Amino acid sequence: MATDVHGPVSPQAATSSPVTTQAVRVEGLTRSFDGRPVIDKLQLDVRQGEFVALLGRSGCGKSTLLRILAGLDRDIEGTVLVPRRKAVAFQAPRLMPWKKVWRNVLLGLPGKPERAVAEKALAEVGLGDHADAWPKTLSGGEAQRASLARALVREPDLLLLDEPFGALDALTRIKAQRLVGELWQRRGCAVLLVTHYVEEAVLLADRVLVMDDGVIAHEQRIDLDRPRDITDPRFAELRAGLLERLGVDTAAEAA
Amino acid sequence: MSISHAPPDPSGVDISPISTSKDDTSERSPLDLVPLVPTSTRRTRVPRWLRRTTGPLALLALWQLLSSTGVLTSDVLASPGRIARVGWDLIDSGSLASAMTTSLQRVAIGLLLGTVIGTGLALVSGLFRVGEDLVDAPVQMLRTVPFVGLIPLFIIWFGIGEAPKVAIITLGVTFPLYLNVYAGIRGVDSQLIEAGESLGLSRWGLVRHVVLPGALPNAMTGLRYSLGIAWLALVFAEQINADAGIGFLMVQARDFLQTDVIVVCLIVYAFLGLLADFVVRTLERLLLQWRPTFTGR
Repeated sequence: MATDVHGPVSPQAATSSPVTTQAVRVEGLTRSFDGRPVIDKLQLDVRQGEFVALLGRSGCGKSTLLRILAGLDRDIEGTVLVPRRKAVAFQAPRLMPWKKVWRNVLLGLPGKPERAVAEKALAEVGLGDHADAWPKTLSGGEAQRASLARALVREPDLLLLDEPFGALDALTRIKAQRLVGELWQRRGCAVLLVTHYVEEAVLLADRVLVMDDGVIAHEQRIDLDRPRDITDPRFAELRAGLLERLGVDTAAEAA
Repeated sequence: MSISHAPPDPSGVDISPISTSKDDTSERSPLDLVPLVPTSTRRTRVPRWLRRTTGPLALLALWQLLSSTGVLTSDVLASPGRIARVGWDLIDSGSLASAMTTSLQRVAIGLLLGTVIGTGLALVSGLFRVGEDLVDAPVQMLRTVPFVGLIPLFIIWFGIGEAPKVAIITLGVTFPLYLNVYAGIRGVDSQLIEAGESLGLSRWGLVRHVVLPGALPNAMTGLRYSLGIAWLALVFAEQINADAGIGFLMVQARDFLQTDVIVVCLIVYAFLGLLADFVVRTLERLLLQWRPTFTGR
């Protein structure tokens, strides 16, 4: 599998990478803003096809980490190995308002892809009949799904989601979460989901990471069967445990 | 009108201090309800276009009245009727058409050159940091020189033919376009640029698919300003040593005190300005239909 190397690679990492089954490999990653490290010697491994959720208080560096993995931030030290084919969906859909939805989906694809390619991806997220729409006519949820189609059409080995449901209303968010879960199971790509909804993380992920002080402070494997039931007592238990890790007193929250 | 609380019953039952106030809440005095009349039925409707045209028509009638009673003599200002007649004669003889062609040609060439230079410079300084350092400072400096003031210099440089006239228009057009296109390029949402990068767009791809379309609304504003200035520059340019064009007609008319011809020429200028505005608006409608703020159709 093709890997794209950002930053200096230590010899050991270079020799071990060809046999790896990992989609992401991060070692000793440091990113500082004005001398203050936001990410401090961070270790992270994501297996191929694994769904990882990254939780953390705002300002803990989780979005910075995602931007680094997306290749948008290269002022880094340490080893970062990511697949060549990766895609990002941001919190805001970031569709180009001057391109119709289907052109937005195909934007940046190499070669001259046919419109049918875009239509297929749009149909996959349930927007098949909106290919010819201007982005301004889409609702928030539709725009976010279009952004997801734009990410999926790249057939990524790693899908990076930066709080993609953050701006959606509660009902639309539930639908969007379900959609992401389905797409992931169908595509089998590795997913890194940055979120601050603990419930969302437990609902979707194989593994939940809690980031604090620039490192992965806690790791929680989620072994519940899919599709997951949020009323399951084990679900509630995992959720409570993670909330506690994030410094939220669950008893106080329940009151 | 809003509905306020109805005043308490004037017969004044409630004066006794303690007893009745609680009973009052169960049986209230009937409210005085006021009907809300829909606005459409309230006034007699004169169509808006009729109301809007009444003012100008009245002014025209007053003008005609003053002229025909001799208060306004024709060497101060010719009467509307006479202006219409002279206008028709000028059209009929073909002299207006040929003058318009000459003037339009000057504006077109000046506008084309100014657009190319203004947009070109804006691209250089908008897209490259080196370009900004080299281009922006001198352009901002030159911008402060009133371009009409350069007419004497242009006559010395380019003589009295078409060249100085086109040069004045070019100069007038260049700066508003430069400023707006430059601001447009620098104002493109950095989030969209980042999204473009994450989609794997090359540098040129980013310029083509993100930066330039994003700068387009500003560029159209610049074009509108430029067109306005182009007509202004045309008027100035044609007052100097012109031997053809609308300005030439006006200068000639001035020498013979033909106020009617002068007014016809002014009307033609106004008409051309309107036409230019219409062209830009059509362009905007075609090119900017994606804009969320766009309300026209």
